[in-house]
Amino acid sequence: MNITLRIWRQPNAEAQGRMVTYQVADVSPDMSFLEMLDMLNEDLTVKGEEPVAFDHDCREGICGMCGVVINGVAHGPSVTTTCQLHMRSFSDGAVIDVEPWRAEPFPVIKDLVVDRTAFDRIIQAGGYISAPTGTAPDAHAAPIAKKNADRAFDAATCIGCGACVAACPNGSAMLFTSAKIVHLAMLPQGQPERHLRVKGMIAQHEAEGFGNCTNIGECAAVCPKQIPLDVISQMNRDLISSLFKRDGK
Amino acid sequence: MAVTGLILVGFLLMHMYGNLKMFMGEEAFNHYAEWLKGDILYPLVPSGWFIWIFRVFLLAAVVLHMWSAIYLWHRSAKARGSKYQHVTRKVQTYSARTMRWGGIILALFIIFHILQFTTKTVPLGYDLEQTQHSPYLMFLGAFSSPLVWVIYAVCMIAVCMHVRHGFWSAFTTLGANLSKKAERVLNGLAYFVAILLYVGFMLPPTFVFLHLAPFGG
Repeated sequence: MNITLRIWRQPNAEAQGRMVTYQVADVSPDMSFLEMLDMLNEDLTVKGEEPVAFDHDCREGICGMCGVVINGVAHGPSVTTTCQLHMRSFSDGAVIDVEPWRAEPFPVIKDLVVDRTAFDRIIQAGGYISAPTGTAPDAHAAPIAKKNADRAFDAATCIGCGACVAACPNGSAMLFTSAKIVHLAMLPQGQPERHLRVKGMIAQHEAEGFGNCTNIGECAAVCPKQIPLDVISQMNRDLISSLFKRDGK
Repeated sequence: MAVTGLILVGFLLMHMYGNLKMFMGEEAFNHYAEWLKGDILYPLVPSGWFIWIFRVFLLAAVVLHMWSAIYLWHRSAKARGSKYQHVTRKVQTYSARTMRWGGIILALFIIFHILQFTTKTVPLGYDLEQTQHSPYLMFLGAFSSPLVWVIYAVCMIAVCMHVRHGFWSAFTTLGANLSKKAERVLNGLAYFVAILLYVGFMLPPTFVFLHLAPFGG
């Protein structure tokens, strides 16, 4: 396959970025999108040009490190992480636009790499339990309804890649924040700090400068873990009930 | 945003129901119009006060609705930051995308609507003198005009699209969307309310415009 790439190049956070066109020849349809970028970078290095910076780590779709906007869609045409997207998803001779996640709280560090530490600070604002729980308990020692366990697990699959923010027309991180909240809200361990957590994490979400949710649904449509849009509604419900708790808990 | 929006949807449903009284004839409609401005809740409030209390309440809802919309619009525009070179929309509906600009169009339409029928500053399509004591005749006159009918037929599409996304979105914001099934039900309800409003609001004007019974025939 021969591919034409138009990639966002931006030397650093302060510099103006622009789209630069590159040709990549002899791409195998079985390559992942990142492997194709590796090929381009080897080529650029040989030519003495600056390789394209992009984030990646596990390359098996579980770490949440990679992620670029491909032809206007976060993680590209199939609902998965960029590392698990294969070149067979494109036709020979395709022209592919590659851009970084764009949102004010995700400033570009270089080229396609953005700073997502805003997510870490949202987690620090309540996305944990503070009770010491000791070692892993015996299975079924704490009975949890199947329905609740499933929902907690579905929400917990969020890998924090940031595709929801990249796709949201409002630049909102509500899908990420609510996935973390719902994950703990469905389990007994999450109950003592349930309402403090909601208030704390939403306040941090606001402080980071993320936008608000208008229930458009673009986030859930690109989520590689298919976190459903309804976790946001469940978070809102928890937030509303937290307003009626006198001690804030 | 959600609470004020639902208040306004509630008002629209009442307004639509009231307009359907046109089919009951001149006396019934005029009596209804008079009752609205008359002694509702009397003697709890002095006669004629209710309409003003209600207007202040509605105006407050509209102002709060617009204030939160503008605040959130500003926040979102800031959060979005730099623009994508290549934009692809996956699931968003036209209604969802046009809530903000559509809302501005609605505000203008509501101002026009009040100037036309409430303050009667713009008596478009009807004669001020002849219809002075009969809102029924005013309605009849206005919607006999093709221009007025077209304006309302088009603007009501904007209203109903706004309600279509707004209704579902309001309930989601208030925490009612907890499963895929709830999402389907809320979206279905939103379509139902939007279509009901369009049909309900456009029935009397369309019957008037086409001179169908009981307005000519």
